[in-house]
Amino acid sequence: MPKYLLIMRDTDESNAAMMANIDEMMATTRQFIEEMVKAGVLLAAEGLDDPGQGVVVDFSGEAPVVTDGPYGETKELFGGFFLLDVASKQEAVEWAKRVPAAPGSKIEVRRVPGSDEVPQVDE
Amino acid sequence: MGTADVEAVWRIESARIVAALTRFTGDFGLAEDAAQEAVAEALVSWPLASPANPAGWLMATARRRAIDAIRRRTALQDRYTLLAADLAVDSAVDEEIDRDKIDDDVLALMFVSCHPMLSPEARVALTLRVVGGLSSEEIARAFLVPVPTVQARITRGKKTIAAAGVPFELPPAAERRERLGGVLSVLYVIFTEGSTATSGDRLLRPDVAYEAIRLARTLAALQPDEPEVHGLLALCELTAARFPARTGPDGSPVLLDEQDRRRWDFSAIRRGLAALAKASARGLGPYGLQAAIAATHASAPSVEATDWDRIVVLYEALGRVAPSPVVELNRAVAVAMASGPAQALAIVDELIASDRLPGSHLIPTVRGELLARLGRRSEARAELELAARLCANQRERSVLLRKAATLS
Repeated sequence: MPKYLLIMRDTDESNAAMMANIDEMMATTRQFIEEMVKAGVLLAAEGLDDPGQGVVVDFSGEAPVVTDGPYGETKELFGGFFLLDVASKQEAVEWAKRVPAAPGSKIEVRRVPGSDEVPQVDE
Repeated sequence: MGTADVEAVWRIESARIVAALTRFTGDFGLAEDAAQEAVAEALVSWPLASPANPAGWLMATARRRAIDAIRRRTALQDRYTLLAADLAVDSAVDEEIDRDKIDDDVLALMFVSCHPMLSPEARVALTLRVVGGLSSEEIARAFLVPVPTVQARITRGKKTIAAAGVPFELPPAAERRERLGGVLSVLYVIFTEGSTATSGDRLLRPDVAYEAIRLARTLAALQPDEPEVHGLLALCELTAARFPARTGPDGSPVLLDEQDRRRWDFSAIRRGLAALAKASARGLGPYGLQAAIAATHASAPSVEATDWDRIVVLYEALGRVAPSPVVELNRAVAVAMASGPAQALAIVDELIASDRLPGSHLIPTVRGELLARLGRRSEARAELELAARLCANQRERSVLLRKAATLS
């Protein structure tokens, strides 16, 4: 069945709003995760650390170049994800609407193609 | 909002709404009817104007329909009951849904839908509709039966529950384990319909199997201390992990020894193994043992490198806790791999002598394979042709006939 990745795209504004209310955000997120587990749809969920702690490995040159985060002009940063096993795209969207996200953040809903859709390379 | 959006919300909310309404009205059938009316209304009104809170809209509408139904009913009966029921419904439904209580109510809903008093078909239909949130049309598609048949099963099921006065509660401790076994077997019936369709022209119907896995995950979350729930979940995940390799590009079945194991779904295998670890907390039950067998296959790089001795031992254990001719037949297949076809043939012939699996294509299928391996080609061909005549799945039948033809 279709799997969907809900990708949290946070901004400085949404991060600040979240940090101002961190205890409540943590509690509602836990509750939301529990709800998805009980609905039988959650396969994985993780939240990411401060982007300032990350690095970027850039492959535009001949050799990969490593630079420290944050990442230049990017306004929205990948802050975490939920991997869902749902019946339809509409259901993935419906779950996405229920994510306790801080104002200013966005959630990108992307389908994970099944292994039968990936072109097979035979030896 | 379109139909698919309404269905998506309904899938998420169905069990909770029907559970809450059954708790408040004490009437499972009425609750289900009211919930269905709410969905029907949503299908009409949401495309015109989407509610700000779709889940709350469904719950409120279903609740109003339930109150209407009680009013209609009590008007015919007794004015005093009317007042009492009205008060009870109004105050109870207004309460904020209590999270712990709603979990127990969803669980109770599963127990009611899988009640032993219901016919097996009604259990499957009610579970998918009420707990899974599927429409009658979707259930009919899943089981390849006409929609009115599904509707009749659901209606009859609800009447049976009402006539017998089945209470909406968790089964008492003394019956709990057995009733849970009943729920598990309903989920497994749904799963096997998806993993080996009993009829039709497709071997696998992953969408049907998915519903069973999803319900098993729900049950595992609600009953985390029951090893067999995790055992069933593990069995389903590990079996479904092989789906991508089980059919060829034309939909024909690919048997285990010919499957491209690189196509197995490794994240499903990981989930299955994790569930199996939880299942083995206090010794494996029938589902856990079958999951352990599936896990042995899942962790083997090839048929030859499979630990067949371990599989034989697991089938022996399974035969002790859940004796069945199919288990015995599978043990024979494992014995053939571990110790050769002659010993396995003896097990199969014993099964035939005791006539414990009459009319099944499985026995002549296995017997034909074993005879072929022993070089008894004409006997093998006759068995495989017999198996093809008995087999209801067209895809499996053509594989059997192809095999028989190679023995000419």
